[in-house]
Amino acid sequence: MSRESVINWIVLAGLVAVPLWAHLSDEPFTITLATRAVILALAAVGLNIALGIGGLVSLGHAAFFGIGGYTMGILAHHAQTYTPVMEWPLLIEGTKSMPVIWGLSILFSALAAFLIGLLSLRTSGVYFIMITLAFGQMFYYFAISWAEYGGEDGLSIYVRNGFPGVNTLVPIQFYGLCLVALLIVLGFNAALARAPFGLALGAARQVPARVRAVGLDPYRLQLLAFTLSGAITGLAGALFADLNRFVSPTMFSWQLSGELIVFIIIGGVARLFGPVIGAVLFVVLEHWLGGLSDYWHIYLGLMLLGIVLFGRGGVIGMVAGRERSHD
Amino acid sequence: MTEPVLQTKGLCKAFGALRATDNVSIDLRPGEIHAIIGPNGAGKTTLIAQITGMLAPDSGQVFLDGEDVTRTPPPTRARMGLGRTFQISQLAMGDTVLQNACLGAIGATQRQWRLVRPALRDPELRDRAMAALERVGLSDQARSVTAELSHGQRRQLEVAVALTLAPRAFVMDEPMAGLGTEGSARLTAFLDGLRREAPILLVEHDMDAVFALADRISVLVYGQVIATGTVAEIRADDMVREAYLGEEA
Repeated sequence: MSRESVINWIVLAGLVAVPLWAHLSDEPFTITLATRAVILALAAVGLNIALGIGGLVSLGHAAFFGIGGYTMGILAHHAQTYTPVMEWPLLIEGTKSMPVIWGLSILFSALAAFLIGLLSLRTSGVYFIMITLAFGQMFYYFAISWAEYGGEDGLSIYVRNGFPGVNTLVPIQFYGLCLVALLIVLGFNAALARAPFGLALGAARQVPARVRAVGLDPYRLQLLAFTLSGAITGLAGALFADLNRFVSPTMFSWQLSGELIVFIIIGGVARLFGPVIGAVLFVVLEHWLGGLSDYWHIYLGLMLLGIVLFGRGGVIGMVAGRERSHD
Repeated sequence: MTEPVLQTKGLCKAFGALRATDNVSIDLRPGEIHAIIGPNGAGKTTLIAQITGMLAPDSGQVFLDGEDVTRTPPPTRARMGLGRTFQISQLAMGDTVLQNACLGAIGATQRQWRLVRPALRDPELRDRAMAALERVGLSDQARSVTAELSHGQRRQLEVAVALTLAPRAFVMDEPMAGLGTEGSARLTAFLDGLRREAPILLVEHDMDAVFALADRISVLVYGQVIATGTVAEIRADDMVREAYLGEEA
Protein backbone atom coordinates (compact mmCIF):
# COMPACT_ATOMS: atom_id res chain seq x y z
CA MET A 1 0.00 0.00 0.00
CA SER A 2 1.40 3.39 -0.94
CA ARG A 3 1.98 6.04 1.71
CA GLU A 4 -0.76 8.10 0.15
CA SER A 5 -3.36 5.38 0.65
CA VAL A 6 -2.17 4.94 4.26
CA ILE A 7 -2.87 8.64 4.81
CA ASN A 8 -6.24 8.27 3.13
CA TRP A 9 -7.23 5.39 5.41
CA ILE A 10 -6.11 7.32 8.51
CA VAL A 11 -8.21 10.33 7.46
CA LEU A 12 -11.16 8.05 6.77
CA ALA A 13 -10.80 6.33 10.15
CA GLY A 14 -10.70 9.76 11.80
CA LEU A 15 -13.86 10.84 10.00
CA VAL A 16 -15.66 7.80 11.37
CA ALA A 17 -14.10 7.61 14.84
CA VAL A 18 -14.08 11.23 16.01
CA PRO A 19 -17.80 11.94 15.53
CA LEU A 20 -18.67 8.54 17.02
CA TRP A 21 -16.56 9.37 20.04
CA ALA A 22 -18.21 12.78 20.23
CA HIS A 23 -21.62 11.13 20.03
CA LEU A 24 -20.84 8.69 22.83
CA SER A 25 -19.39 11.37 25.07
CA ASP A 26 -22.29 13.68 24.27
CA GLU A 27 -20.40 16.46 22.50
CA PRO A 28 -22.83 17.52 19.78
CA PHE A 29 -20.81 20.60 18.90
CA THR A 30 -17.87 18.45 17.80
CA ILE A 31 -20.24 16.53 15.54
CA THR A 32 -21.45 19.81 14.04
CA LEU A 33 -17.85 20.81 13.37
CA ALA A 34 -17.16 17.44 11.75
CA THR A 35 -20.29 17.78 9.61
CA ARG A 36 -19.17 21.22 8.52
CA ALA A 37 -15.75 19.80 7.59
CA VAL A 38 -17.25 16.91 5.63
CA ILE A 39 -19.61 19.18 3.69
CA LEU A 40 -16.89 21.70 2.84
CA ALA A 41 -14.71 18.75 1.85
CA LEU A 42 -17.47 17.54 -0.48
CA ALA A 43 -17.63 20.98 -2.11
CA ALA A 44 -13.86 21.03 -2.60
CA VAL A 45 -13.81 17.43 -3.86
CA GLY A 46 -16.21 18.64 -6.53
CA LEU A 47 -13.91 21.51 -7.43
CA ASN A 48 -10.95 19.12 -7.50
CA ILE A 49 -12.37 17.39 -10.60
CA ALA A 50 -12.08 20.63 -12.55
CA LEU A 51 -9.00 22.01 -10.81
CA GLY A 52 -7.02 18.90 -9.97
CA ILE A 53 -7.47 16.70 -13.01
CA GLY A 54 -8.54 19.33 -15.51
CA GLY A 55 -6.31 22.21 -14.37
CA LEU A 56 -9.29 24.59 -14.48
CA VAL A 57 -8.82 27.15 -11.72
CA SER A 58 -12.40 28.22 -11.12
CA LEU A 59 -12.87 31.16 -8.79
CA GLY A 60 -16.63 30.90 -9.16
CA HIS A 61 -17.54 27.60 -7.57
CA ALA A 62 -19.42 29.42 -4.82
CA ALA A 63 -22.08 29.92 -7.51
CA PHE A 64 -22.83 26.19 -7.50
CA PHE A 65 -22.57 25.96 -3.72
CA GLY A 66 -25.09 28.78 -3.48
CA ILE A 67 -27.41 27.31 -6.11
CA GLY A 68 -27.49 24.08 -4.12
CA GLY A 69 -28.15 26.07 -0.96
CA TYR A 70 -30.92 28.18 -2.44
CA THR A 71 -32.54 25.15 -4.06
CA MET A 72 -32.86 23.69 -0.58
CA GLY A 73 -33.84 27.05 0.94
CA ILE A 74 -36.55 27.87 -1.58
CA LEU A 75 -38.13 24.41 -1.61
CA ALA A 76 -38.11 24.13 2.19
CA HIS A 77 -39.31 27.71 2.62
CA HIS A 78 -42.37 27.03 0.48
CA ALA A 79 -43.00 23.77 2.26
CA GLN A 80 -42.92 25.39 5.69
CA THR A 81 -45.13 28.31 4.62
CA TYR A 82 -47.50 26.02 2.71
CA THR A 83 -47.18 28.10 -0.45
CA PRO A 84 -46.44 26.75 -3.93
CA VAL A 85 -43.11 27.58 -5.57
CA MET A 86 -45.07 28.44 -8.69
CA GLU A 87 -48.57 27.97 -9.96
CA TRP A 88 -48.17 28.65 -13.66
CA PRO A 89 -47.60 26.98 -16.11
CA LEU A 90 -47.64 24.07 -13.72
CA LEU A 91 -48.11 23.80 -10.01
CA ILE A 92 -44.90 23.12 -8.11
CA GLU A 93 -45.03 22.64 -4.36
CA GLY A 94 -42.17 23.02 -1.91
CA THR A 95 -40.70 19.96 -0.26
CA LYS A 96 -38.86 18.89 2.87
CA SER A 97 -37.55 15.69 1.35
CA MET A 98 -33.76 15.54 1.17
CA PRO A 99 -33.54 13.10 -1.74
CA VAL A 100 -35.74 15.36 -3.88
CA ILE A 101 -33.86 18.48 -2.79
CA TRP A 102 -30.50 16.83 -3.46
CA GLY A 103 -31.54 15.67 -6.89
CA LEU A 104 -32.77 19.13 -7.85
CA SER A 105 -29.67 20.82 -6.37
CA ILE A 106 -27.46 18.57 -8.47
CA LEU A 107 -29.60 19.22 -11.53
CA PHE A 108 -29.67 23.01 -11.20
CA SER A 109 -26.01 23.40 -10.34
CA ALA A 110 -25.03 21.06 -13.18
CA LEU A 111 -27.12 23.15 -15.56
CA ALA A 112 -25.53 26.38 -14.29
CA ALA A 113 -22.05 24.85 -14.53
CA PHE A 114 -22.76 23.70 -18.07
CA LEU A 115 -23.86 27.18 -19.16
CA ILE A 116 -21.05 28.99 -17.32
CA GLY A 117 -18.54 26.46 -18.66
CA LEU A 118 -19.86 26.86 -22.19
CA LEU A 119 -18.75 30.50 -22.13
CA SER A 120 -15.80 30.53 -19.72
CA LEU A 121 -13.99 27.53 -21.18
CA ARG A 122 -13.47 29.53 -24.35
CA THR A 123 -10.84 31.35 -22.31
CA SER A 124 -7.95 30.03 -20.28
CA GLY A 125 -5.46 31.05 -17.63
CA VAL A 126 -6.12 34.28 -15.78
CA TYR A 127 -9.09 35.13 -18.04
CA PHE A 128 -10.79 31.91 -17.02
CA ILE A 129 -10.25 32.79 -13.35
CA MET A 130 -11.72 36.25 -13.90
CA ILE A 131 -14.74 35.15 -15.92
CA THR A 132 -15.69 32.45 -13.41
CA LEU A 133 -15.28 35.03 -10.66
CA ALA A 134 -17.56 37.39 -12.58
CA PHE A 135 -20.26 34.74 -12.94
CA GLY A 136 -20.00 33.95 -9.24
CA GLN A 137 -20.45 37.62 -8.37
CA MET A 138 -23.49 37.87 -10.66
CA PHE A 139 -25.21 35.18 -8.61
CA TYR A 140 -24.12 36.86 -5.38
CA TYR A 141 -25.67 40.19 -6.28
CA PHE A 142 -28.75 38.52 -7.67
CA ALA A 143 -29.28 36.72 -4.38
CA ILE A 144 -28.79 39.96 -2.42
CA SER A 145 -31.50 41.69 -4.40
CA TRP A 146 -33.90 38.75 -4.45
CA ALA A 147 -36.30 40.19 -1.88
CA GLU A 148 -38.82 37.37 -2.26
CA TYR A 149 -36.32 35.01 -0.63
CA GLY A 150 -34.93 37.28 2.07
CA GLY A 151 -32.49 39.32 0.01
CA GLU A 152 -29.43 40.12 2.06
CA ASP A 153 -30.90 38.50 5.19
CA GLY A 154 -31.35 35.10 3.58
CA LEU A 155 -33.88 32.45 4.51
CA SER A 156 -34.28 30.53 7.74
CA ILE A 157 -35.57 26.98 7.69
CA TYR A 158 -37.00 25.99 11.04
CA VAL A 159 -36.77 22.22 10.93
CA ARG A 160 -34.09 20.20 9.15
CA ASN A 161 -35.34 18.37 6.06
CA GLY A 162 -36.09 14.67 6.24
CA PHE A 163 -34.49 11.59 4.75
CA PRO A 164 -36.41 8.28 4.65
CA GLY A 165 -35.31 6.01 7.49
CA VAL A 166 -33.01 8.57 9.10
CA ASN A 167 -33.72 10.98 11.91
CA THR A 168 -31.86 13.98 10.54
CA LEU A 169 -32.46 15.95 13.74
CA VAL A 170 -29.96 13.71 15.53
CA PRO A 171 -26.54 15.22 14.73
CA ILE A 172 -24.73 11.92 14.31
CA GLN A 173 -27.35 10.64 11.87
CA PHE A 174 -27.19 13.74 9.72
CA TYR A 175 -23.40 13.50 9.88
CA GLY A 176 -23.64 9.90 8.68
CA LEU A 177 -25.66 11.00 5.66
CA CYS A 178 -23.11 13.65 4.77
CA LEU A 179 -20.21 11.24 5.21
CA VAL A 180 -21.87 8.66 2.96
CA ALA A 181 -22.41 11.34 0.31
CA LEU A 182 -18.73 12.29 0.57
CA LEU A 183 -17.60 8.67 0.30
CA ILE A 184 -19.76 7.99 -2.74
CA VAL A 185 -18.37 11.07 -4.47
CA LEU A 186 -14.80 10.15 -3.50
CA GLY A 187 -15.34 6.69 -4.97
CA PHE A 188 -16.68 8.28 -8.14
CA ASN A 189 -13.67 10.61 -8.29
CA ALA A 190 -11.21 7.78 -7.83
CA ALA A 191 -12.82 5.89 -10.71
CA LEU A 192 -13.08 8.99 -12.86
CA ALA A 193 -9.38 9.78 -12.53
CA ARG A 194 -8.43 6.39 -14.00
CA ALA A 195 -11.24 6.11 -16.53
CA PRO A 196 -10.67 7.04 -20.17
CA PHE A 197 -12.37 10.36 -19.44
CA GLY A 198 -9.99 11.22 -16.60
CA LEU A 199 -6.97 10.21 -18.63
CA ALA A 200 -8.06 12.35 -21.56
CA LEU A 201 -8.94 15.27 -19.27
CA GLY A 202 -5.53 15.12 -17.60
CA ALA A 203 -3.86 15.04 -20.99
CA ALA A 204 -5.94 18.05 -22.08
CA ARG A 205 -4.43 19.91 -19.12
CA GLN A 206 -0.87 18.88 -19.96
CA VAL A 207 -0.75 18.73 -23.78
CA PRO A 208 -3.90 20.06 -25.48
CA ALA A 209 -2.25 19.88 -28.92
CA ARG A 210 -1.70 16.14 -28.50
CA VAL A 211 -5.29 15.60 -27.37
CA ARG A 212 -6.56 17.29 -30.52
CA ALA A 213 -4.15 15.28 -32.64
CA VAL A 214 -5.66 12.00 -31.46
CA GLY A 215 -9.17 13.12 -32.33
CA LEU A 216 -10.40 14.47 -28.98
CA ASP A 217 -11.73 17.94 -28.24
CA PRO A 218 -10.28 19.42 -25.01
CA TYR A 219 -13.15 21.92 -24.79
CA ARG A 220 -15.79 19.19 -24.60
CA LEU A 221 -13.79 17.18 -22.09
CA GLN A 222 -13.39 20.26 -19.91
CA LEU A 223 -17.06 21.16 -20.26
CA LEU A 224 -18.15 17.79 -18.88
CA ALA A 225 -15.54 18.04 -16.10
CA PHE A 226 -16.77 21.50 -15.16
CA THR A 227 -20.41 20.33 -15.18
CA LEU A 228 -19.71 17.31 -12.96
CA SER A 229 -17.59 19.50 -10.73
CA GLY A 230 -20.36 22.08 -10.34
CA ALA A 231 -22.99 19.40 -9.69
CA ILE A 232 -21.02 17.96 -6.77
CA THR A 233 -20.34 21.38 -5.27
CA GLY A 234 -24.07 22.08 -5.65
CA LEU A 235 -24.93 18.97 -3.64
CA ALA A 236 -22.55 20.17 -0.93
CA GLY A 237 -24.39 23.51 -0.94
CA ALA A 238 -27.72 21.79 -0.25
CA LEU A 239 -26.18 19.86 2.66
CA PHE A 240 -24.51 23.00 4.02
CA ALA A 241 -27.84 24.82 4.01
CA ASP A 242 -29.43 21.92 5.85
CA LEU A 243 -26.64 21.87 8.43
CA ASN A 244 -27.18 25.54 9.25
CA ARG A 245 -30.92 25.52 8.49
CA PHE A 246 -30.18 28.84 6.89
CA VAL A 247 -29.22 30.14 3.48
CA SER A 248 -27.92 33.60 2.65
CA PRO A 249 -26.05 35.32 -0.17
CA THR A 250 -22.75 34.62 1.62
CA MET A 251 -22.96 31.12 0.20
CA PHE A 252 -22.34 32.80 -3.16
CA SER A 253 -19.41 34.91 -1.92
CA TRP A 254 -16.15 34.79 -3.79
CA GLN A 255 -14.33 34.27 -0.50
CA LEU A 256 -15.93 30.84 -0.37
CA SER A 257 -14.71 30.08 -3.91
CA GLY A 258 -11.25 31.07 -2.73
CA GLU A 259 -11.48 28.90 0.38
CA LEU A 260 -12.35 25.86 -1.71
CA ILE A 261 -9.17 26.43 -3.73
CA VAL A 262 -7.22 26.86 -0.48
CA PHE A 263 -8.50 23.49 0.81
CA ILE A 264 -7.23 21.79 -2.32
CA ILE A 265 -3.83 23.48 -2.20
CA ILE A 266 -3.36 22.74 1.50
CA GLY A 267 -4.29 19.09 1.08
CA GLY A 268 -2.66 18.47 -2.30
CA VAL A 269 -3.84 19.30 -5.81
CA ALA A 270 -5.23 16.34 -7.80
CA ARG A 271 -4.91 14.05 -4.76
CA LEU A 272 -8.08 12.14 -4.04
CA PHE A 273 -8.12 13.09 -0.33
CA GLY A 274 -6.40 16.45 -0.79
CA PRO A 275 -9.55 18.54 -0.45
CA VAL A 276 -10.73 16.42 2.48
CA ILE A 277 -7.54 17.02 4.44
CA GLY A 278 -7.60 20.69 3.51
CA ALA A 279 -11.20 21.15 4.64
CA VAL A 280 -10.66 19.27 7.90
CA LEU A 281 -7.55 21.30 8.73
CA PHE A 282 -9.40 24.50 7.88
CA VAL A 283 -12.32 23.70 10.18
CA VAL A 284 -10.02 22.59 12.99
CA LEU A 285 -7.86 25.70 12.69
CA GLU A 286 -10.91 27.93 12.39
CA HIS A 287 -12.24 26.48 15.64
CA TRP A 288 -9.03 26.36 17.69
CA LEU A 289 -7.18 29.38 16.40
CA GLY A 290 -10.45 31.29 16.06
CA GLY A 291 -10.88 30.76 19.81
CA LEU A 292 -7.42 32.18 20.51
CA SER A 293 -7.48 35.16 18.22
CA ASP A 294 -9.83 36.99 15.91
CA TYR A 295 -6.97 37.20 13.45
CA TRP A 296 -6.59 33.45 12.97
CA HIS A 297 -6.59 33.85 9.20
CA ILE A 298 -3.01 35.15 9.55
CA TYR A 299 -1.92 31.69 10.68
CA LEU A 300 -3.85 30.02 7.90
CA GLY A 301 -2.20 32.41 5.48
CA LEU A 302 1.25 31.56 6.84
CA MET A 303 0.51 27.87 6.47
CA LEU A 304 -0.65 28.36 2.90
CA LEU A 305 2.47 30.37 2.14
CA GLY A 306 4.67 27.65 3.58
CA ILE A 307 2.93 24.97 1.53
CA VAL A 308 3.04 26.92 -1.71
CA LEU A 309 6.70 27.87 -1.23
CA PHE A 310 8.16 24.68 0.16
CA GLY A 311 5.77 21.79 -0.38
CA ARG A 312 4.02 22.01 -3.70
CA GLY A 313 2.21 18.72 -3.21
CA GLY A 314 0.32 20.01 -0.15
CA VAL A 315 0.10 18.01 3.08
CA ILE A 316 -0.21 14.73 1.19
CA GLY A 317 2.75 15.60 -1.01
CA MET A 318 4.91 16.38 2.01
CA VAL A 319 4.08 13.13 3.78
CA ALA A 320 3.73 10.76 0.85
CA GLY A 321 6.29 12.18 -1.54
CA ARG A 322 5.93 12.73 -5.22
CA GLU A 323 3.00 11.15 -6.96
CA ARG A 324 3.95 7.87 -8.58
CA SER A 325 2.40 6.33 -11.62
CA HIS A 326 -1.12 5.11 -11.01
CA ASP A 327 -2.27 1.55 -11.56
CA MET B 1 -2.55 7.15 -61.09
CA THR B 2 -4.23 6.32 -57.82
CA GLU B 3 -6.22 8.91 -55.94
CA PRO B 4 -3.99 10.80 -53.43
CA VAL B 5 -4.79 10.23 -49.75
CA LEU B 6 -3.76 13.73 -48.78
CA GLN B 7 -3.59 16.75 -51.04
CA THR B 8 -3.16 20.50 -50.86
CA LYS B 9 -4.24 22.85 -53.64
CA GLY B 10 -2.82 26.35 -53.91
CA LEU B 11 -2.29 26.75 -50.18
CA CYS B 12 -1.31 30.30 -49.17
CA LYS B 13 -0.58 31.76 -45.77
CA ALA B 14 1.03 35.13 -45.09
CA PHE B 15 2.14 36.69 -41.82
CA GLY B 16 2.19 40.39 -42.63
CA ALA B 17 4.53 40.79 -45.58
CA LEU B 18 6.04 37.33 -45.10
CA ARG B 19 4.61 34.66 -47.39
CA ALA B 20 5.13 31.61 -45.23
CA THR B 21 3.20 29.36 -47.60
CA ASP B 22 3.01 30.48 -51.20
CA ASN B 23 0.71 28.56 -53.50
CA VAL B 24 1.70 25.12 -52.28
CA SER B 25 0.13 22.15 -54.07
CA ILE B 26 1.44 18.77 -52.99
CA ASP B 27 -0.07 15.33 -52.67
CA LEU B 28 0.54 12.10 -50.82
CA ARG B 29 -0.25 8.87 -52.67
CA PRO B 30 -0.96 5.45 -51.20
CA GLY B 31 2.13 3.51 -50.20
CA GLU B 32 4.64 6.32 -50.55
CA ILE B 33 6.84 8.43 -48.37
CA HIS B 34 6.77 12.00 -49.58
CA ALA B 35 9.48 14.08 -47.94
CA ILE B 36 9.33 17.84 -47.57
CA ILE B 37 12.74 19.43 -47.25
CA GLY B 38 13.91 22.99 -47.18
CA PRO B 39 16.16 25.36 -45.27
CA ASN B 40 15.16 26.76 -41.88
CA GLY B 41 12.37 29.29 -42.26
CA ALA B 42 11.21 27.79 -45.55
CA GLY B 43 7.71 27.38 -44.10
CA LYS B 44 7.67 23.65 -43.41
CA THR B 45 6.13 23.98 -39.97
CA THR B 46 3.52 26.46 -41.23
CA LEU B 47 2.61 24.03 -44.00
CA ILE B 48 2.24 21.14 -41.55
CA ALA B 49 0.10 23.33 -39.29
CA GLN B 50 -2.31 23.98 -42.16
CA ILE B 51 -2.43 20.34 -43.20
CA THR B 52 -3.20 19.22 -39.65
CA GLY B 53 -5.65 22.07 -39.06
CA MET B 54 -3.83 24.02 -36.34
CA LEU B 55 -3.66 27.00 -38.68
CA ALA B 56 -6.21 28.16 -41.26
CA PRO B 57 -4.81 29.04 -44.71
CA ASP B 58 -5.55 32.43 -46.28
CA SER B 59 -6.54 30.64 -49.47
CA GLY B 60 -6.28 27.21 -51.01
CA GLN B 61 -7.61 23.86 -49.88
CA VAL B 62 -6.63 20.69 -48.06
CA PHE B 63 -8.14 17.36 -49.07
CA LEU B 64 -8.14 14.16 -47.06
CA ASP B 65 -9.31 11.12 -49.00
CA GLY B 66 -10.79 13.45 -51.58
CA GLU B 67 -12.81 15.34 -49.01
CA ASP B 68 -12.28 19.07 -48.47
CA VAL B 69 -11.08 19.44 -44.86
CA THR B 70 -9.78 23.02 -45.15
CA ARG B 71 -12.14 24.26 -42.43
CA THR B 72 -12.23 21.04 -40.42
CA PRO B 73 -10.80 21.33 -36.89
CA PRO B 74 -7.83 19.10 -35.91
CA PRO B 75 -9.78 16.55 -33.80
CA THR B 76 -12.12 15.83 -36.71
CA ARG B 77 -9.21 15.49 -39.13
CA ALA B 78 -7.63 13.02 -36.72
CA ARG B 79 -10.86 11.01 -36.57
CA MET B 80 -10.97 11.04 -40.39
CA GLY B 81 -7.59 9.32 -40.42
CA LEU B 82 -4.85 11.90 -40.15
CA GLY B 83 -2.17 10.76 -37.71
CA ARG B 84 0.57 13.20 -36.85
CA THR B 85 3.72 13.44 -34.79
CA PHE B 86 5.12 16.67 -33.41
CA GLN B 87 8.52 18.24 -33.92
CA ILE B 88 8.69 18.96 -30.20
CA SER B 89 7.31 15.95 -28.34
CA GLN B 90 3.78 16.59 -27.12
CA LEU B 91 3.46 14.02 -24.38
CA ALA B 92 1.78 14.06 -20.99
CA MET B 93 4.98 14.05 -18.95
CA GLY B 94 3.27 13.24 -15.65
CA ASP B 95 1.56 10.15 -17.09
CA THR B 96 3.10 6.78 -17.79
CA VAL B 97 4.24 5.68 -21.22
CA LEU B 98 1.30 3.29 -21.41
CA GLN B 99 -1.15 6.04 -20.47
CA ASN B 100 0.19 8.23 -23.26
CA ALA B 101 -0.27 5.44 -25.77
CA CYS B 102 -3.67 4.75 -24.26
CA LEU B 103 -4.71 8.35 -24.96
CA GLY B 104 -4.28 7.59 -28.64
CA ALA B 105 -6.35 4.44 -28.26
CA ILE B 106 -9.09 6.43 -26.50
CA GLY B 107 -9.12 8.87 -29.40
CA ALA B 108 -9.17 6.08 -31.96
CA THR B 109 -12.09 4.30 -30.29
CA GLN B 110 -13.78 7.52 -29.11
CA ARG B 111 -14.19 6.09 -25.61
CA GLN B 112 -13.46 9.38 -23.85
CA TRP B 113 -16.95 9.56 -22.32
CA ARG B 114 -16.45 6.41 -20.26
CA LEU B 115 -16.36 7.67 -16.71
CA VAL B 116 -15.97 4.70 -14.42
CA ARG B 117 -14.02 1.69 -15.64
CA PRO B 118 -10.23 2.22 -15.57
CA ALA B 119 -8.80 2.90 -19.02
CA LEU B 120 -5.96 0.44 -18.50
CA ARG B 121 -8.38 -2.37 -17.60
CA ASP B 122 -10.22 -1.98 -20.88
CA PRO B 123 -8.72 -4.81 -22.96
CA GLU B 124 -9.22 -3.06 -26.27
CA LEU B 125 -7.57 0.17 -25.18
CA ARG B 126 -4.78 -1.69 -23.44
CA ASP B 127 -4.08 -4.02 -26.36
CA ARG B 128 -4.05 -1.19 -28.87
CA ALA B 129 -1.67 0.83 -26.71
CA MET B 130 0.62 -2.10 -25.92
CA ALA B 131 0.75 -3.19 -29.56
CA ALA B 132 1.89 0.28 -30.60
CA LEU B 133 4.52 0.41 -27.85
CA GLU B 134 5.77 -3.00 -28.83
CA ARG B 135 6.20 -1.93 -32.45
CA VAL B 136 8.44 0.99 -31.54
CA GLY B 137 10.29 -1.07 -28.94
CA LEU B 138 8.96 0.66 -25.83
CA SER B 139 6.93 -2.13 -24.24
CA ASP B 140 9.53 -2.58 -21.49
CA GLN B 141 9.04 1.05 -20.52
CA ALA B 142 5.23 0.89 -20.44
CA ARG B 143 5.03 1.62 -16.72
CA SER B 144 7.69 4.32 -16.60
CA VAL B 145 6.66 7.90 -16.09
CA THR B 146 7.13 9.68 -19.42
CA ALA B 147 9.25 12.43 -17.86
CA GLU B 148 11.87 9.78 -17.05
CA LEU B 149 12.29 8.72 -20.69
CA SER B 150 15.36 9.71 -22.68
CA HIS B 151 14.92 12.09 -25.58
CA GLY B 152 15.15 9.23 -28.06
CA GLN B 153 12.52 7.20 -26.24
CA ARG B 154 10.19 10.19 -26.24
CA ARG B 155 10.56 10.37 -30.01
CA GLN B 156 9.64 6.68 -30.21
CA LEU B 157 6.60 7.24 -28.00
CA GLU B 158 5.59 10.16 -30.21
CA VAL B 159 5.44 7.72 -33.14
CA ALA B 160 3.68 5.06 -31.05
CA VAL B 161 0.83 7.43 -30.15
CA ALA B 162 0.26 8.09 -33.86
CA LEU B 163 0.30 4.33 -34.50
CA THR B 164 -2.55 3.70 -32.05
CA LEU B 165 -4.78 5.73 -34.35
CA ALA B 166 -4.18 3.36 -37.29
CA PRO B 167 -4.48 6.41 -39.54
CA ARG B 168 -5.06 6.65 -43.30
CA ALA B 169 -2.07 8.98 -43.62
CA PHE B 170 0.81 9.99 -41.37
CA VAL B 171 2.18 13.50 -41.13
CA MET B 172 5.52 13.44 -39.34
CA ASP B 173 7.27 16.64 -38.35
CA GLU B 174 10.98 15.90 -37.97
CA PRO B 175 10.64 12.52 -36.24
CA MET B 176 14.44 12.13 -36.29
CA ALA B 177 15.09 15.46 -34.53
CA GLY B 178 17.69 14.98 -31.84
CA LEU B 179 18.12 11.26 -32.41
CA GLY B 180 21.65 9.85 -32.56
CA THR B 181 22.95 7.93 -35.57
CA GLU B 182 21.75 4.62 -34.18
CA GLY B 183 18.32 5.92 -33.25
CA SER B 184 17.93 7.54 -36.64
CA ALA B 185 18.86 4.32 -38.41
CA ARG B 186 16.35 2.31 -36.36
CA LEU B 187 13.52 4.77 -36.98
CA THR B 188 14.42 4.89 -40.68
CA ALA B 189 14.07 1.12 -40.91
CA PHE B 190 10.74 1.30 -39.10
CA LEU B 191 9.26 4.05 -41.30
CA ASP B 192 10.45 2.14 -44.35
CA GLY B 193 8.01 -0.66 -43.49
CA LEU B 194 5.28 1.64 -42.20
CA ARG B 195 4.59 3.17 -45.62
CA ARG B 196 2.81 -0.02 -46.64
CA GLU B 197 0.20 0.59 -43.93
CA ALA B 198 -0.31 4.26 -44.64
CA PRO B 199 1.62 6.81 -46.66
CA ILE B 200 3.83 9.26 -44.79
CA LEU B 201 4.27 12.96 -45.37
CA LEU B 202 7.71 13.42 -43.85
CA VAL B 203 9.26 16.74 -42.90
CA GLU B 204 12.86 15.99 -42.07
CA HIS B 205 16.26 17.65 -41.78
CA ASP B 206 18.23 14.41 -41.69
CA MET B 207 19.21 14.09 -45.36
CA ASP B 208 20.50 10.53 -45.00
CA ALA B 209 17.09 9.48 -43.78
CA VAL B 210 15.28 11.45 -46.47
CA PHE B 211 17.36 10.02 -49.30
CA ALA B 212 17.02 6.52 -47.87
CA LEU B 213 13.26 6.69 -47.41
CA ALA B 214 11.59 9.10 -49.79
CA ASP B 215 9.75 7.96 -52.88
CA ARG B 216 9.34 11.60 -53.77
CA ILE B 217 10.80 14.80 -52.39
CA SER B 218 9.39 18.30 -52.50
CA VAL B 219 11.73 21.19 -51.86
CA LEU B 220 10.28 24.18 -50.08
CA VAL B 221 12.09 27.52 -50.28
CA TYR B 222 10.59 30.82 -49.10
CA GLY B 223 7.18 29.18 -48.87
CA GLN B 224 7.22 27.90 -52.45
CA VAL B 225 7.68 24.38 -53.77
CA ILE B 226 10.59 24.86 -56.17
CA ALA B 227 10.83 21.20 -57.17
CA THR B 228 9.12 17.85 -56.69
CA GLY B 229 10.61 14.60 -57.88
CA THR B 230 12.33 11.35 -57.07
CA VAL B 231 15.50 11.27 -55.03
CA ALA B 232 17.61 11.09 -58.19
CA GLU B 233 15.77 13.98 -59.83
CA ILE B 234 16.11 16.20 -56.79
CA ARG B 235 19.80 15.43 -56.39
CA ALA B 236 20.31 16.38 -60.04
CA ASP B 237 18.19 19.54 -59.97
CA ASP B 238 20.35 22.64 -60.38
CA MET B 239 17.88 24.96 -58.74
CA VAL B 240 17.69 22.74 -55.69
CA ARG B 241 21.47 22.50 -55.45
CA GLU B 242 21.75 26.22 -55.55
CA ALA B 243 18.92 26.99 -53.18
CA TYR B 244 19.38 24.34 -50.64
CA LEU B 245 21.63 21.36 -51.00
CA GLY B 246 24.67 23.45 -51.87
CA GLU B 247 27.97 21.69 -51.38
CA GLU B 248 26.33 18.71 -49.69
CA ALA B 249 25.02 17.04 -52.83
